[in-house]
Amino acid sequence: MTSVSSVVRRPDQATAARRAGRWPELGAVAAGGVVGSLARFGLHEAVPSVAGQFPWATFAVNVTGCLLIGVLMVLLTEVWAGRRLLRPFLGVGVLGGFTTFSAYAVEIEQAVSVGAARTALLYLGGTLVAAMLAVGAGAGLTGAAVRTVRRRTAARRTAAPKQIAHRPDRHRRGPR
Amino acid sequence: MMAALLVALGAAVGAPLRYLTDQAIRARHDSVFPWGTVTVNVTGSLLLGFLVGLPANDAFLLLAGTGFCGALTTYSTFSYETLRLVQTRAWPVAVASVLANLGAGIGAAFAGVALAQAIVG
Repeated sequence: MTSVSSVVRRPDQATAARRAGRWPELGAVAAGGVVGSLARFGLHEAVPSVAGQFPWATFAVNVTGCLLIGVLMVLLTEVWAGRRLLRPFLGVGVLGGFTTFSAYAVEIEQAVSVGAARTALLYLGGTLVAAMLAVGAGAGLTGAAVRTVRRRTAARRTAAPKQIAHRPDRHRRGPR
Repeated sequence: MMAALLVALGAAVGAPLRYLTDQAIRARHDSVFPWGTVTVNVTGSLLLGFLVGLPANDAFLLLAGTGFCGALTTYSTFSYETLRLVQTRAWPVAVASVLANLGAGIGAAFAGVALAQAIVG
């Protein structure tokens, strides 16, 4: 059926590439999602949450995941640009699967339902504030580190131009 | 081991579904407001609330709750999108993103539990 339609209609190459291009990305997201979710599950097994008590496992998972997404997004745009499957795997998959909103929301409901409204409110606000600080710190510190490394590399190049003139660009790698 | 397998199976469906939802919504709405993330977070919170409210049996909770809902929903994308909105000085949208995710997401969890309990009786 595929061969018939391709002979009869011959979809343009861009469309064909787009169709083929979606499966590797979906696979990367699924694989990353499994890895991230198993890590989250492991932490929940180690530190089970008890209704009414502060849900430390989910709190730790979400804040850590937000710190790491801040680091990752800067690296993806500034250092690893052009690696097509890295963001779907690490960003959307691993960190998206690791962090969770549904457990956060339901843990708040559970805390309220057992009468621990103060814990619920503390958890609600605490996660939001810590997550935003974490993503900001992750992105900010990584951005500063990348700029420092670049400045030093540039300074070294202007200081000794001949030495590096014939060096291949080590930051770039061919497509995998 | 069985538990981990159930979580993995649920996650293998939940994470790509989040990705596809986000892409489908981005293709239709040319907006800076993160509709995709709000959609998956609200849907996943409603479903997990429902499963916990029943309550579903342990194996199904691992598969559909910890695995599927856990991977369908995300805090990292929510926080990163909000950070980007703050960085681009889109303050009203950033505040709207936080209020929508928290308000609708947590509200959905309450609604899911209530719905399950109304059905079970």
